Amino acid sequence: MSNTTTKHNDSLLRFMTCGSVDDGKSTLIGRLLFDTKTILADTLTQISNTSKKRGMEAVDLSLLTDGLQAEREQGITIDVAYRYFSTGTRKYIIADAPGHEQYTRNMVTAASTANLAIILIDARRGVLTQTRRHSYLAHLVGIQHIVVAVNKMDLVNYDQAVYDKICADYQVFAEEIGLAQARDIRFIPMSALNGDMLVDRLDNMPWYSGETLLEMLEAAPAADEEQNAEFRFPVQFVCRPHASADADLHDFRGFMGRIESGDIAVGDAVTVLPNGYQSKVKAIQIGDAQLQSAQTEQSVTLLLEDEIDTSRGDMIVKTGSPIQPVKQIEAFVCWLSETPMSTARTYVIRHTTRESKAKVAAISYKVDVNTLEQQATAELKMNDIARISFKLAQPLMVDSYTQNRAIGAFIVIDESTNNTVGAGMIV
Amino acid sequence: MLTNKHQPLSHLDWLEAEAIHILREVAGQCSNPVLLFSGGKDSLCILRLAEKAFRPGRFPFPLMHIDTGHNYQEVIDFRDQRAAELGERLIVRSVEDSMKRGTVVLKTPDEPRNKHQSVTLLEAIEEFGFDCCIGGARRDEEKARAKERIMSFRDEFGQWDPKNQRPELWNLYNARSHKGENIRAFPISNWTEMDVWQYIERENLGLPSIYFAHNRDIIMRGGAMMPANIKLADGEVINIPKAGEEVINMQVRFRTVGDITCTAPVISDADNVSKIVLETATTTITERGATRLDDQTSDASMEQRKKEGYF
Repeated sequence: MSNTTTKHNDSLLRFMTCGSVDDGKSTLIGRLLFDTKTILADTLTQISNTSKKRGMEAVDLSLLTDGLQAEREQGITIDVAYRYFSTGTRKYIIADAPGHEQYTRNMVTAASTANLAIILIDARRGVLTQTRRHSYLAHLVGIQHIVVAVNKMDLVNYDQAVYDKICADYQVFAEEIGLAQARDIRFIPMSALNGDMLVDRLDNMPWYSGETLLEMLEAAPAADEEQNAEFRFPVQFVCRPHASADADLHDFRGFMGRIESGDIAVGDAVTVLPNGYQSKVKAIQIGDAQLQSAQTEQSVTLLLEDEIDTSRGDMIVKTGSPIQPVKQIEAFVCWLSETPMSTARTYVIRHTTRESKAKVAAISYKVDVNTLEQQATAELKMNDIARISFKLAQPLMVDSYTQNRAIGAFIVIDESTNNTVGAGMIV
Repeated sequence: MLTNKHQPLSHLDWLEAEAIHILREVAGQCSNPVLLFSGGKDSLCILRLAEKAFRPGRFPFPLMHIDTGHNYQEVIDFRDQRAAELGERLIVRSVEDSMKRGTVVLKTPDEPRNKHQSVTLLEAIEEFGFDCCIGGARRDEEKARAKERIMSFRDEFGQWDPKNQRPELWNLYNARSHKGENIRAFPISNWTEMDVWQYIERENLGLPSIYFAHNRDIIMRGGAMMPANIKLADGEVINIPKAGEEVINMQVRFRTVGDITCTAPVISDADNVSKIVLETATTTITERGATRLDDQTSDASMEQRKKEGYF
């Protein structure tokens, strides 16, 4: 693509932080923003005034992430907040999720767009139930890179033995749940309060020679960089300017969408699902720009050689790719709504750009997110995670979530309220 | 883990692709959307994104401006010119009409009108039956916005309830609404002020002249710099210096464009986009902090306005 090689030839990393207020999560984010010079003078003045008002001596960096009035009043984080910073070489989007058990749904939400998770552990307390919960959820939602940050090292005299023990404990547990085998896990000792090993190394832990947190973030691959799935192009919108004043456009038929995975080039043989029509790619466009090929995460317009009746909700794949329309799916579902899931009701599943009515066929089991035990259950309440099979009214073209996050994910919608009530990951 | 290595998209290409995807989801899911267009830099970026999303077709929505009547003439002219160049329909609804109807009542004649836009916006939504308004708000602008969804649900009264938002996962947006309810869609949620300026530079987008450094008479009022003696489209002159207020001619530019009475300029000699990019990279004041007096009323003033239907 011609306009990618501008001087901003960088990339973007989305990551999340898991931990509770007590672990210093807000301080960690505040410190990252502060040390990368993202916090501007007026904001700093504002939080330093608030810190003084609350009787604190030093500026409380955690105040940077208090968003809503209710959160400031209660001193807690309720909802996922998104923060931004840039190092000059890379742009970062942080999803800051509250860590308490009743906020499992927020963690799943934050994890759904992240490619790296920082899991915070308080050095004084070691691997806790919540560490296991955060790790399991990061694993379930398919985050590829895990950074285990052992924080508050200043409160254990920067003792290497404490750090080593926590790393060893975590490693054992990560192997138990299959995380260690499947994911890239790194460890780092730090003090977010003092700034040790975040942006600056400082000199309190000469025994640690690994990367600082920012070095890890700078080196971590972006999601589109390491994706290894087949070409999937859900059609979002069909452009047919047949009434245009320009007669050349009367036969124009552009299929607009985002390449959710893989890549495509002019001349490639494609199949449109669910109908199975076949054609070849005639042109690929972004606005006026004509491309010879395009890759994951680009939003493009595809023109095909043949006139094919295609509409929103169809999926264009490469001919021969192993994907078939199915009318039954099995998935891990995180329930997001205060109203429990009803096995008697019909829901709407939105998958890519397609929707289908769906009914629960069976709940296999529920997962206790703290012990990871499987339990039999007849219902699903908010924050529950269960393995469920659904019967579908309309066929969906699916991949397994572990193979392809975009094509393995769906949301469940309650048509009476239009609320998003569930998040699904296809097995 | 064995993976095919792709060259990752640059951050601007990624943000562009995400925004185009969001615009197309609005077009695919909503039956009667509208794009809010003020002539400001963020909405000008969205127009370019809409071109990339929908050309060679027409936009599947009209443009609409909620005019406070306190806008710079340069910006209004630019707004009209841009809509005409694109050949898209522009709807203008004004706060002054709401005042005539008696649905907006000002406390004082020179009260900033930004927050009253909410009333006029809701009236326009009802008039046209819009089920979705696309806006240029960004999460980095203000902390109440940091928790805003990309597709944000508003009830019949246009209210945003921060404790009762729809969860938003992956890029699976839920823009459903019942009759009378409304979705606000924010395609550049994930952009920062810097991203906006870099995109303007890359795409070579035109902007109203007040974004660039120019000389202007300034008065100091309420601790902020206010442009003095601004002539409005209807001939009225506002921001007339009061007794004791000194008028200074300075080189300034605007970082945001809003109601004249509450949008302050900053001192700057950046007279082109690349100088502004540089200045944005080295500034020590946030975009709204220095320039938006309506956000400084309290720590939670943006949140309060959003609850009342502001975008």
